[in-house]
Amino acid sequence: MPVKTECRERAMRAYLSGEVDHHGAREIMGVLDREIGQALPGSLELDLSGVSFMDSSGIAVVIRAWRRMGELGGTMRLRSVPHQARRVLETAGIHKLMPLE
Amino acid sequence: MKVLDQATVTFWSRSANESFARMAAACFAARLDPTLDELNDIKTAVSEAVTNAIVHAYPDALGKVIMRLRLLEGDVVEVLVRDTGVGIADVEKARTPMFTTGNEERSGMGFTIMESFMDSVRVRSAPGKGTAVTMRRRVSSRRDRRR
Repeated sequence: MPVKTECRERAMRAYLSGEVDHHGAREIMGVLDREIGQALPGSLELDLSGVSFMDSSGIAVVIRAWRRMGELGGTMRLRSVPHQARRVLETAGIHKLMPLE
Repeated sequence: MKVLDQATVTFWSRSANESFARMAAACFAARLDPTLDELNDIKTAVSEAVTNAIVHAYPDALGKVIMRLRLLEGDVVEVLVRDTGVGIADVEKARTPMFTTGNEERSGMGFTIMESFMDSVRVRSAPGKGTAVTMRRRVSSRRDRRR
């Protein structure tokens, strides 16, 4: 499973793993949509430590989750971002939208 | 620039071939002993070009995607990704950051990433005939790095 989530007192943490490309993005988005929709969290922390590769499909995944959290009036942050994924996300200016650790 | 070696792979426009294309390009480039960052940059750019062909070139059918890898004089890797699909009417517009004709799963950042991660990106396209993206990246040689 490329996404695992846990939620405690409306703080959700989601762990992505493997290669986040166009081939895998749809499933990741589906799981995140469903989990956010069920838990309605006040904050989302997306942990990317297990991501071995990311391309612009990952940007779409992150922006979609960020929009969803915005609709809920919540916050979002990215943590444990590997170097390659960081280069991709920073090229898109994601670090201007949310904290990227 | 003189071509020192060449390899071509042809595959169907199935999304599972995105990772295949990345790995094939990385294996080809590996003989130049690139840094991990250089190798990742090439893989990321290849992923964008191949995904574009898979998503946009053949919207309602499977088609062929051709990836030609070349080793050029001066430690340069050249990647050509070509399809015979629908083509792009306005290449300039397609290269604009955040522009996409794809659905919500696309970010419109594909060309921006190719341009940021490679030294040069050339796009040729004709509606109804297909698209060819040629990208080049010089890899720092081992000798340079020891200096």
